[in-house]
Amino acid sequence: MPVSVENSRIVYNGLKRSGVKIVSALPETWLVHLINMAEEDPDTTLVRLTREEEAIGISAGAHLAGVRSALLMQNHGFLAAINPIVSLAFLYKIPLLMLISYRGHMGERDPWQTQGGRFTEPVLKALDIPYDHLTNRMDVERQISEAQTLAESSLTPVALLLSRQLMWEA
Amino acid sequence: MQRIEALRILYPDIENDIVVTIMGAVAAEVYSLGHRKNFFYLQHAMGLASSMGLGLALSKPDKRVIVMDGDGSLLMNLGALSTLAWYAPKNLIHVVFDNQSLLSVGGFPTATAAGSDLAGIAQKSGYREAATVRSVEDFARAWRAARERLELSMIVAKVEAAGPKSFLMDLPLLENRFQFQRWLKEE
Repeated sequence: MPVSVENSRIVYNGLKRSGVKIVSALPETWLVHLINMAEEDPDTTLVRLTREEEAIGISAGAHLAGVRSALLMQNHGFLAAINPIVSLAFLYKIPLLMLISYRGHMGERDPWQTQGGRFTEPVLKALDIPYDHLTNRMDVERQISEAQTLAESSLTPVALLLSRQLMWEA
Repeated sequence: MQRIEALRILYPDIENDIVVTIMGAVAAEVYSLGHRKNFFYLQHAMGLASSMGLGLALSKPDKRVIVMDGDGSLLMNLGALSTLAWYAPKNLIHVVFDNQSLLSVGGFPTATAAGSDLAGIAQKSGYREAATVRSVEDFARAWRAARERLELSMIVAKVEAAGPKSFLMDLPLLENRFQFQRWLKEE
């Protein structure tokens, strides 16, 4: 599987250095290594979801209890979680650190992923969610740390889009 | 059984517990018994009280978490039962007030009116214990047993489809949120 283990490790280490203790996730190809790393890490609680909406509730509970969390989701999972992002995270000023695999964008070979790719950024913009692209491994740790900082200072969700360039080995 | 009768049973016991309720009649009736800083009323985001409870229970393993849910809310997020049962936090009690209807939005029936068995679904999802009760006495027994058990438990209380006289709560939701967070920080 040409998903980059090395770059997944860089992303995972970035989450660790940002103090993330709970990771919630639904499996998807690009996230496989990240999920395994969370699973194998005794200091991290991995919560396997049935649907991404739950992750917003879990992260809200964790935040109010003073524990940092991150959400690993595909962009289609992000689209599935819009209502709780609006009616829990926005309504109650809950910070979220969402790592979203940006499927269906340039280079996508799976036809079923392509529609989500069209709407990911327009929806993030419509919701006024600050977001950044993770493309260069050298910048990943700093970007995660800065996203975490902004989420907590603004008490709002932020998104980091995991790019093909970072996650997929040519 | 009236919902408020069941709430009166558990109210004295939850003084130091982390409490999350759904919106509507449950929130208004808990509030009417006397608000405490450890009560969080999830206004909106239907279905996510149990997921919030999981996040709280994992983050505060030494505190008891009480989730007060309803049939309509729970049915909107049934997958959460599987997730909760997987992690099975021992410190979480899931109380579901099942009035078989969406009371505050016109009283339309929910699927439990047609026979969906929430305690059965919870049990088959992997809850260590899930009971359906129909009287105040049985509720009190199930509540005491759940507190002593210290395992992920559900109590489905079949209650009348009647709400409080007033749904008014003199507590802005952000005030509730920050007060609750501060209480958690100091605990």
